[in-house]
Amino acid sequence: MADAVIVAALLLTAFMATAVVFTRDPACQAIVLSAYGLVLGILFVVLQAPDVAMSQVAVGTVVVPLIVILAIHAIRRHHTHSPGDES
Amino acid sequence: MSPRGRLIVFLLGGAGFAVLFVLGTVHLPDFGGTWHPYGERTVSNAVARHTPNVISSINFDQRAFDTLGEELILMASALAAVVVLRGVRAEQEETAGAHEYGPAEVFDALRITGYLLLPITLVAGVYIVAHGSLSPGGGFQGGIVLGSAIHLVYLAGDYPALARIRPIPVFESGEAVAAGAFVLLALAAAGQVTAMNAAVGAEVGCAVVLVLAKFFEQALLVRTSS
Repeated sequence: MADAVIVAALLLTAFMATAVVFTRDPACQAIVLSAYGLVLGILFVVLQAPDVAMSQVAVGTVVVPLIVILAIHAIRRHHTHSPGDES
Repeated sequence: MSPRGRLIVFLLGGAGFAVLFVLGTVHLPDFGGTWHPYGERTVSNAVARHTPNVISSINFDQRAFDTLGEELILMASALAAVVVLRGVRAEQEETAGAHEYGPAEVFDALRITGYLLLPITLVAGVYIVAHGSLSPGGGFQGGIVLGSAIHLVYLAGDYPALARIRPIPVFESGEAVAAGAFVLLALAAAGQVTAMNAAVGAEVGCAVVLVLAKFFEQALLVRTSS
């Protein structure tokens, strides 16, 4: 039973990791990365590492995707607005 | 570099990694086994010190020096992000109050969710830090929850509101003071799990806020001057 849960969590992790790789648009990829972070947290809980799971969920589902989204936004802003142009 | 050269470099690196990985894992205890040489030593050590939480005992007592290194790595990376993303001469920052930088197309439901989640998340973060010596969690996890919880204000309100509740100089000083306190604790009083959790929580929370603040500035405020 416990083994079945571990195998299921591992398969889910592999599936989500593949989904991250095959998502081509960076903004969408950040969202999928966030979901992958959550799945990785579930895997750590299943493997009896709740402390690591908490770190993973906090960093992997919130902070890293947020930084990626902000970076993408900054890049788009620098590219779409010509210098001095507002709005 | 040509695709062929890149492939060769990748194959060399991959082969080296594969060799190291196999060497590193070949003598590990079996997956799911009940006996682990490191576990035997640390758990008996932790139990001998009457700790309620073995993980905390390992992090902040038996291997406090390692944790100190990890905290300084985090501080160095936060510092590096702040330095790299500082405003350079060709850029100028627009003042946060002059424009509306609210999330333009945010559903009201999402704003209300942000409002409701903010106090809950803050309390949860404080709980994870304060209760880390007893239950899963601790300074690092709670610090990240606290540091990111503040940004729910941006989701629920707008950027000026966020900028008002997190004055950067306060968090910069907080980061430095907390890091210094943790160094003193780790060197002089390793094992004071609650106090070390609090120092780590403050340090990590400030680091997250500072790094995210720099990214927010880049995304919303900085523009290249003509």
